[in-house]
Order: sequence, then structure tokens, then C-alpha cells
Amino acid sequence: MTYTVRKFDAVIVGAGGAGLRAAIQLSEAGYKTAVLTKVFPTRSHTVAAQGGVAASLGNSEEDHWHWHMYDTVKGSDWLGDQDAIEFMCRKANEVVVELEHYGMPFDRLDNGKIYQRPFGGHMSNFGEKPVRRSCAAADRTGHAMLHAMYQRNIKVNTQFFVEWQALDLVRDADGDVLGVTAMDMETGEIVVFHAKATIFATGGSGRIYYSSTNAFINTGDGLGMAARAGIPLEDMEFWQFHPTGVAGAGVLITEGVRGEGGILRNSDGERFMERYAPNAKDLASRDVVSRAMTTEINEGRGCGPNKDFVLLDITHLPPETIMKRLPGIHEIGLQFAGVDCLKEPLPVVPTCHYQMGGIPTNYLGQVVVPKDGESSVPVQGFYAAGECACASVHGANRLGTNSLLDLLVFGKSAGETAVADLGKSGNAHKPLPQEAIDRTLARVDRLNHQKVGADVHDTRLSMQRAMQKHAGVFRFKDMLAAGVDRITEIEQEVARTQIKDKSKVFNTARIEALELDNLIEVAKATIVSANARTESRGAHVRDDATDTPETPDGRDDKNWLKHTLWYREGSRLDYKPVHMKPMSVDTIELKKRAY
Amino acid sequence: MTNAARTVHFKIYRYDPDQDAKPYMQDISVEIESTDRKLLDAMVKLKAQDDSISFRRSCREGVCGSDAMNINGKNGLACLTAMDSFPEGKPIVLRPLPGLPVIRDLIVDMTQFFKQYNSIKPYLINNDPPPERERLQSPEDREELDGLYECILCACCSTACPSFWWNPDKFVGPAGLLAAYRFIADTRDQATSDRLDDLEDPYRLFRCHTIMNCVDVCPKGLNPTKAIGKIKEMMVRRAV
Repeated sequence: MTYTVRKFDAVIVGAGGAGLRAAIQLSEAGYKTAVLTKVFPTRSHTVAAQGGVAASLGNSEEDHWHWHMYDTVKGSDWLGDQDAIEFMCRKANEVVVELEHYGMPFDRLDNGKIYQRPFGGHMSNFGEKPVRRSCAAADRTGHAMLHAMYQRNIKVNTQFFVEWQALDLVRDADGDVLGVTAMDMETGEIVVFHAKATIFATGGSGRIYYSSTNAFINTGDGLGMAARAGIPLEDMEFWQFHPTGVAGAGVLITEGVRGEGGILRNSDGERFMERYAPNAKDLASRDVVSRAMTTEINEGRGCGPNKDFVLLDITHLPPETIMKRLPGIHEIGLQFAGVDCLKEPLPVVPTCHYQMGGIPTNYLGQVVVPKDGESSVPVQGFYAAGECACASVHGANRLGTNSLLDLLVFGKSAGETAVADLGKSGNAHKPLPQEAIDRTLARVDRLNHQKVGADVHDTRLSMQRAMQKHAGVFRFKDMLAAGVDRITEIEQEVARTQIKDKSKVFNTARIEALELDNLIEVAKATIVSANARTESRGAHVRDDATDTPETPDGRDDKNWLKHTLWYREGSRLDYKPVHMKPMSVDTIELKKRAY
Repeated sequence: MTNAARTVHFKIYRYDPDQDAKPYMQDISVEIESTDRKLLDAMVKLKAQDDSISFRRSCREGVCGSDAMNINGKNGLACLTAMDSFPEGKPIVLRPLPGLPVIRDLIVDMTQFFKQYNSIKPYLINNDPPPERERLQSPEDREELDGLYECILCACCSTACPSFWWNPDKFVGPAGLLAAYRFIADTRDQATSDRLDDLEDPYRLFRCHTIMNCVDVCPKGLNPTKAIGKIKEMMVRRAV
């Protein structure tokens, strides 16, 4: 097999929100940058975000970044790093205003400022009452944002490699990152993108689960590449189940529906969230609402013939409000539930939505790993931002609207840090190690020649069903342990996948097989990390973690207030401390979480 | 709930330049369940059966614009096309979007489509120094962008337009013109006059003959013809 080498100052993998934001920094600074993306940029999954982006602009009522920070730390169940969270919340206004200047069509208030709506877990005055903090473009905020950033990149002449699948991270004997290998999907050609700065913005991996709001493309490519190159994955046991996926279809219904006044009801018509979260009710944080819904269903108060969903009711809202603020939801209801939400409630279930963990980074967007006794040492030349990264601002549970903020803030800071580092670096590229290139060639070569093996579709489905069964909204000690065995078995199958299509031209069967190599790393990291963490925190809740005065709701700060690091080699686990010290303000002290 | 399987028949355009001398139509059937509500669900089952069938797909909810194709003679998104909308007993005919070069099977080369989109400078132009906070815009002015900014660049419209088929290199096409008007209509944009100059051309704008295929096929219910009409109106107004 042959390959060619192309040299760039920087290579960005992924052209969703984080990748496009980083690309703006690199292009404006004039660096020769390649943005690799396996789909045309506006097809990236940022496009599906609906409800808004958080910023304490205070356009409708008083707000403050410190309140936002408090909410984010509490939402994270204290697993988020408080320095990174302060950084993100303080930067929010700047990056949202920038986006407006790029042309993003935010909805407006009568005074002409950006429209803001309430969202789960976002409160005023340190947890007092819901606050309007989510800056929205109807219920199409992600779409409006992604297009505005792609358009800005056209203006600054960013060079895109569209429909190129990144395959492996190139790392030399010093551990420095020197670029990636990638395949041109149209021709099958393999190219080494040799770069001084490599930024991963590859998004999430929600397709490890059977029922997911995520797009087909969310296969954890960056995580798989990093893991194979010896980089650990952080806090992978924490997966967000969004309370409101359309029952059966998995399509997302924004939390903005509840922000605009929507109510969750069980089969008795009861507004059950009043029992679980007397203060925030339907706007409690996502892990809390998803567990409440699952409990209602498990206790027989689900709706429908199989009593397997609950109802999201907005029929009491004025139709004008729905059609103005939630037009996309009206469309989704008709398309995927066969329900006109003006007249009937929507059937919803908790659905896998977001990966809180990822490639370990700091607030500058640098990828950091333990080295020589230190827990967070930057990997030279390697940066990550957005859902693929773990800064960690979401800790054990992310607040709605903080993901779009995360990708703006850390996409920008990763870009800025890369620009600063490129300014300090010499002209020469470090020599390429042959080993990383050989790994890619071997993977592709195996697929080209494997004659008898495991079917990609079936193997992926087995993995998705296993993850759904063993690591869902509620987790059980025995199921987790059995899940580790099951995923390890499936891992053996993934190593011998077979495709019938051997064409060089736009071979999507081959792409799906290569994606499965990444999905399985994420699934394994998740199940192994979850099995080991014997407490309940945020989105990770297990039956054997008991509620005691020392461990409220099963959260065990004495033993488990720490980040997990999973290494692919030997499926080894390590841990590192949570940054409890913010950049400028006092630590937000540990306390029991209630909404 | 029943989850009864039924068999669905397809006729699919196949062409792999690596193997095939020329394109052909393949007859193929697949078993689907009642939970396979959309055409895309059925196509995913088809691909599980024959992994060489090639098409693009991503979000499966009509916002990414990947899975545009020609379905029983009409452009649309597979993920928004209901399986129960097809007449029973007849095969579902799938072809690539018309008028663009085929890379493989249902995957077309969209270079020309995006070239036209880029040609209208699809970004906000405002040369004033950016203010510290957001630029203000009244809700009424913002409403002017509704029906314009929601475009997902799926290309259903432009590839249903005979004018685009004849002159894809010279006529901007409905998607590009919708985007052009999105910026013209934005009170924050200062380049209206330059944008109108750029379009005042026998081809770029005036190849639109209001055939309205674009309106008929848009999966997002947008109306490029109306936007094109507004651009023409502005040109007339500034000429007098």
C-alpha cells in the first residue's frame, strides 16, 4: 500500500462547532491549516443542537458569570474542574457576542438584544430560581451557529478537506504529536498530514448506545485515535441521557420546550417532577430529570400500550409561542412521533445524548497526560476541544446549553494556544515516525483482505445493545461486571470485522468498519470506568452506592472525588485529582445536590 | 404493539466506477419492521444486507442535509420520507440527485453546488468596528430572516431546477440565491448594493424562470422563488 505526505502548520480534525471555531483562529493568524472532516462542515452534529448557548448577558434579568459558574459546578456534581469552569463562564459573553458579529441570527428581545430563555439547572443568585441565560435562535440554535461559523470560515479562506476520514494519530518516541493519517473517502487514497499542531474536534460517540439522539457520524473517532496512540480517556463512565428523546425514534426534543413552559406528565397526568425537584421542577438538571422519568416508568406510571414513555405537554402554551419559539419541535413531533404538539403531548424517554468525558485537556485546550509524577503535563503539539475533549467543565453531568458554550470557548482557546505555540516553534517539522503510519496501513490492509470475519452491522448492533443493557440510566453492580466481559468479547469480534465491498471509491462500508474500531474503544473505556467507580455521582448512579450521612445519595467524596483515566493498553485505570481551586474566586464548596 | 415485518421492493441506481463499465438499476428487496418509519431506516437495513450500496447520511432528523436523493422521481430527504407514503406493491425508485456528476451510487459530486453558494459571499459584511456587545436588531427586522436562514444546503432545490441543469456554472441556483437574499435582508449587513450588482447578470439571477420546482421539493418548506422575486424587486426599485 502506498501513501503520500503533506505538510501543514496545523491540522484540525473535525469541522463542527469546535473545529470551525479553532479554524477561525488559525486562518486569521495566517497559518497553513488543513481542516479534515468526514462530512461537509454544515452536516456536523452541532447542527442538531436546539435550545441555545449559555451566557450571562443578563438581557432579560440580572445575571452573573459567577452564578453560572456555581450552577455548572453543582450540575457537574463537583467533578468539574473549577478553574476551567470559571474560565468558560467568564468567556461566555465574549464568544456569544463574537458569534453575533459573525452574523448568527439570534432571536431578539423588543430592545433589540439577544433573546434568552430559561434552561435546566441555570439559576440566579447561587441556585435560587431559574434564570433566562440561554441565548437562542428559535429551536435551531446549533444550526444557526454552525452555519454562521462555516460562513465566517469561507470569509477567512479556511482550507477544508471534505469527506476525509482521519485514521490514526501520529506520535513519536518522545510522545509528541506530529499530525494524523487520513483517507480521502472519494478515492481511498491515504495521506499523512504532517503538522506542528494537531487539534482534535471530532465530537462525541453517542453511537455506542442503541438508543441515542446522536447522528450516525458520532463514532468517537478522535477518542479511538487518541486511545490507540497511548493517550488516556478521562471520566468515560459519565454519559448524559437527555430526558426528552422521541420515544422509539430517539430524535432530540430540546429542553427549551420545558424552558418555554412545557411540563412532564406520567400516566396519571401528574406533574411528577414536583415530587423529585420541588424548586426547579421540570427544569432540574438532566440527570435528575432522566432518573425521575425512569423511576416513573419502572414503577408502572409510564404511558402508552407498553407503559414505556412519559408525556411532554405544551398544549397549554399559546400556539403563537410554540410556532415562534419551537417551530422545529412542532415539525419533529409531526415527523417522528405522529403528534401535533399544539394539540397533544409528545411521547418522550431518556435517550443517550452526550459524553461528559473525553480526551483530557486543560482550559487552554492542550491535551494533558500524567508524566513523571505530575497529573497533567501537556502533550507537545496536541490540542482538543468540544465534546471529544474533557476540560473538564461538565464533570459528572452537563447542563443544557453548556455544550455549545464549551465548543465556542475551548475551540477558540485551543486555536489561540496553537497559534501561540506555532509562533514559538521553528520552521522545521520533527521527523515522522514510521510506526504510526504502519498502524494505519495495517488496519486498512486487513479490511481489504479479510475474507471470513464478523459482520460490521451485526457487531455494532451487539455493542450498542450491550451498552444499553449494562450501562444505562441506572447501573447495577452485577450488570456492570457482566458488561465488561460482554464488551471484551465484542472487542474480539471487532478485531476481525469483514466487509464485502472492496471498492476504492467512496467505500462507506469500509468507513463504517474503521469507525467501529473507534466506537469499541469508547465502549470499553465506558464500561471499565463505570464498573470501577463504586459510588453514584451525576449521571453515574449505581445500586450498590448507598445513601449515608458520609455518602449523600451515594456520592463518596472521600474516595471518589477524582477523575478517571482509562488507558487502552491493558485496559488500565488511573486517577487524577479534581481542580477544586478556581482561577480568581473562592472554591465552591462540596455539598449535597438538590434542585 | 405489532412489529410485523413486511417486504419492500426497491429499484436503485448503482454505479461504482471502480467495478462497473456503466450505471444500472438494481432490483432489491428488504424486510422492514413497523418501527422502520422512514425511508432512511429501510435503507440502513438494505445496507446491512448489501454493504456496497452507497449513500450519505448523518443526523437522520432532517437538519444536516446529507441524505438528499431522487425518490420516485422527486428530490427529497430519505430521513423525512415516510415509508407509509409510498404506494403499495410498487418498487421505490431511488436515483442520485439529478444534474450533478455521480461519484458512486446515490452519492453525487456537489462541488458545483457549493461553488455557487460560495460565489454569493455567504457571510455577514459589516465594516464598522464591532461594538463591545451584540449589534441590535429589532424582532421585526430579525423576522425578515425567517424562511431564509433555515436552509440545510441539501441541494434538493438546485438539482430540481432546469435552469441549474443547463447552466450550473453560471446560474447561482435557488439555494445560493436564497442565501444571497438572507444577507441582503439582514439589517446588520452593509453590502446590499454590492450584492445586487453581483447578481445583476443575465445568468446569475435572471436564469430563474419561476418554474418553482425548488419550492415544491424543499424538505424544510422554504421558498427560494419568493426570495428571488424580492431580489428582482429590489433591483427594479433601485433602478428607478
